[in-house]
Formats: sequence, C-alpha cells, structure tokens
Amino acid sequence: MTKREIDSVTGVETTGHVWDGDLKELNKPLPRWWLYVLYATIVWAVGYWIVYPAWPTLNDTYTKGMFDYSQRGEVSKEVTAGKAAQAKYFELIAATPVAEIEKNQELLPFVMAGGAAVFGDNCGPCHGKGGGGAVGYPNLNDDDWLWGGTADQIEHTIQYGIRSGHPETRDMAMPRFGLDGILKPAEIVDAAQFVLSLSGKSTDASAADRGKKIFADNCAACHGEDGKGNQDMGAPNLTDGIWLYGGKLENVEKTIETGRGGVMPYWTGRLDPVTIKMLAAYVHSLGGGK
Amino acid sequence: MKHDIFEKNSLILLIGILIVVSIGGLVEIAPLFLLSSTIEKVQGMRPYSPLELAGRDIYIREGCYNCHSQMIRSLRDEVERYGHYSLAAESMYDHPFQWGSKRTGPDLARVGGKYSDNWHVDHMRDPRSVVPESVMPGYPFLAKRKLDFSDMGARMKALRVAGVPYTDEMIEKSQEDVVAQISPDSAEAKALLERYPKAQVRKFDRAPGGDPTELDAMIAYLQMLGTLVDFTKFDAAGPNLR
Repeated sequence: MTKREIDSVTGVETTGHVWDGDLKELNKPLPRWWLYVLYATIVWAVGYWIVYPAWPTLNDTYTKGMFDYSQRGEVSKEVTAGKAAQAKYFELIAATPVAEIEKNQELLPFVMAGGAAVFGDNCGPCHGKGGGGAVGYPNLNDDDWLWGGTADQIEHTIQYGIRSGHPETRDMAMPRFGLDGILKPAEIVDAAQFVLSLSGKSTDASAADRGKKIFADNCAACHGEDGKGNQDMGAPNLTDGIWLYGGKLENVEKTIETGRGGVMPYWTGRLDPVTIKMLAAYVHSLGGGK
Repeated sequence: MKHDIFEKNSLILLIGILIVVSIGGLVEIAPLFLLSSTIEKVQGMRPYSPLELAGRDIYIREGCYNCHSQMIRSLRDEVERYGHYSLAAESMYDHPFQWGSKRTGPDLARVGGKYSDNWHVDHMRDPRSVVPESVMPGYPFLAKRKLDFSDMGARMKALRVAGVPYTDEMIEKSQEDVVAQISPDSAEAKALLERYPKAQVRKFDRAPGGDPTELDAMIAYLQMLGTLVDFTKFDAAGPNLR
C-alpha cells in the first residue's frame, strides 16, 4: 500500500493502484453480509463432512459420516419399502395360478395396472404398446397363438422365451428350406402357392397343385396335413389368413427360404416370477387368451 | 503490494490460476483413483471382444451417447425399470465411459438380451417400424457397410495403454476373433469364448453368410451391455454400500 488517498469526486478511498500514470480505482470491498455468507458456507462444509461421507483416509477407506448415509443404501431401502407396500398382493399372486388371477376381483386391478406398466417398457418395443404386434412380432390381441394361448402357456413363453438360448426355451425352428438347399427355388414357389391356397389366396392354381406334394413331404410334419399348425411345435396355422411375416407370395417364399426363426428373449432372471405372472395375466386378458 | 507480480505479468497470473484450480481438482478427483473401493470387486467383467469393441466404436462414431445414457442411477424408478443400478466396475474397461447425461432415449446399460437381434435389425433400419412413437433416426446404412476391422489390434493396444488388460494373444487374434464371433459352432468361436467368456456368438444382423457388417458389430455390442456381471454374486453391502 502506498498511501491512503481519498478520491476527491466520490469521496471514496482508492486502492492506491495507478495505471498509465493517472488511472486509479476505488476501493469498494464486498458487502460485509456477503463476506459472512462465504464464511458460513465454510462452516457448513465442515458440518457436512461430519454428517455425510467425505474424506478419504489413509487406511484405504473414507469417513462414513454420522449416519452411515449411502445412496445405494437409500435406494435399497426405498425398493424394500415399495415391495413391502405391495407384499400383500405379491404373496397372493405368487400363490395363485395365472389362470385364477382373472377371477380374483381383489387382485385383478393390481395385476392389470402392474402388467400394463411392465408390458409397456419390456414387451411394447416389439409387440407394440397395445400388444398389436408388427411384421415379425406377433399380435397379442387376437386368438391366433403360435405356442398356445392358455395362461400357463403364455407364462412359460414369457419365462423362457422362444429360441432364446435359455435351456428351457421353446426351441423348435423351421428349417431353412432355401438357404440350406432342401428345396429348389421353383419348389419353394410351388409350396408357397399351396400354402396361400390354404386360405384361398393362391394366385396360380397349377403351381399350388404341384406344391401340394411338396407340402405333404416337407411341411405337414409340423404344420399338419391340413395346414392347421401345431402349437406344441410353434408351427403356425396356415389356413387362418393371419400372417406373422406377411401374406404376399414373396413373403411366404422368403419364409420358406429362410425359416425366419424369430426370437423372443427370456425374461426369467430379468423380471421376478411374480412380475412375470402379472405379465402373463395381462397378456392373457388382452383379448385372445384361451 | 505483494500481488503486483500477478497483476502485471499475465504468464505468472496464468500459472497461479492453474495451480489454484488444480488444487480443487486434485482434492476432488485424486482420492477416487487411490481408494481401492472406488471400483467394486465383481465377478464376470472382462474386456470387450474385438467385435463388441468395434460396435462400441460405431456407437461412439454415430453419437448414440447424445441421446442414450448407460448409467442406471441408484433411484427406485430407474432400478425398477432397468434393473440393478450400474456399478463402477461395469465401465472400468470403457475409455471413454458412455454414462452419458442426455436421456432422450432409454438407458442402455442393461439392454443386452432385452430385445431380439431381429428387433435390433428392424429398429436400426427404421425405428418407427417397431416403435411408432420413437424419435430416433434410422441407421439403415449399418447393415450395408462392411465392418473395417483391419486395425482392431492397434485399437486394443491403445486401450491396453489406458489400462484394459488385453493380452498379447488377444491382440494377435483380434482379426480372427471378429470373424469367429459371427461364426457359430466353429473352432475359432470356441477359442474366442475361452478368451472372452459369455461372449455371444451368432450372425447378429440376421443376414446369413458374408463378411461382418457394421450392424453385426453394433448389435453384438448392444446385446452384451450389462450382461457380464453376475449379480447373484454381488454383495451390495460393506465397502460396496455407498
């Protein structure tokens, strides 16, 4: 500090700094209250260190604070509390077969609300928010089921998936008749025409006629002589005009050529058993449940 | 005035600022690197297989992290929607990590196994074909572009410098391992599984035969996200409770 100097215009003390020979600045410190707030935050920080986990220590851990607070502990507590609040329902659902849930008026609102929420996040991306499906992803609102539409069958499908890699998965797959050279391209066209004729959609009667024998030799084992399918093997009904991969000639040809082999993931492990039951009951209730 | 020297020399001022700011940084950051409890002890974590790593690089190239996080926070709603909260151990081989901060799309930390390969193929080509309300752009070109994996070894070497425990063998076999992961039932695939346990082996883009595509790599990466740590063996107590 050079010397105390009062600015003659404002009557305020200057800092004593001089730039360019004559430029000076007024000494206007922070308001006191502001400064005290700063000190208060420092005191607050010390309190915070005492209450919450803060400083690393030399023995490779850290100060845990007065109440052993941990974010992971908090979320565990919240999840446990949430589960406890729902325990009454969860226990009842666990003890009730899926098929019985729909008849239980006490459980039904809980199961439908829970099922819808879980369905939206986990199932909706493929089957659609309302279960309407898309090309390659079955519609869950109709009564056309690949692997069976009873409550138990739906539960099993959700638990273990379809060609999902889980040891218990539903695992039958249609051969890749074209890619693996089982059928010649012309035979595939004929077979496709016959398949279309089962629902009256064939565009070439003579091709469909030729396809009849190819179907009997290659397809009937799973789809049945009459093409009505077999839910034990996940073989769809080919006579009902409902097509998972499209009902145009080219779609059916592609299906015979590649076998499709769509996959549904398994949910056991990702979702708990009670949630899977709620889902099964929800899907069963969508309209097509057997 | 003692601080005259800072006010009159910009370089000294700059150095002074750097020192003060780094004290703040060091106090906040350094302990996390020194505490062994920062990264949980878990079973199952391994470095990315070369194909998964290539997919990760595409994920970063396309900026997926701008809309998708990979960080399930320890909040009840997230834990109930996505599964177990993310652990530090789960991104210990990520350089850079993909936690993200913008959540326009869903969190992807545990998306592995949640949807089928077919779904990913459809969804990458045209997201609205499967999720009508989606705002995600399509990435149809991934299926058409062959994967350039000529430099996988170099990429893995670089990651090794950053601390990812890739062995010489892994780096040497990086090219073969990319192909092996899309060749089910092959001897190479078996060798791959020994190097990278729990790696999933199949043609991810559902286009039979042919060279690995960028879509193969992308789906291989997405399908392994969050699948490595065995949570039945993870104890969320003691040093892991924080």
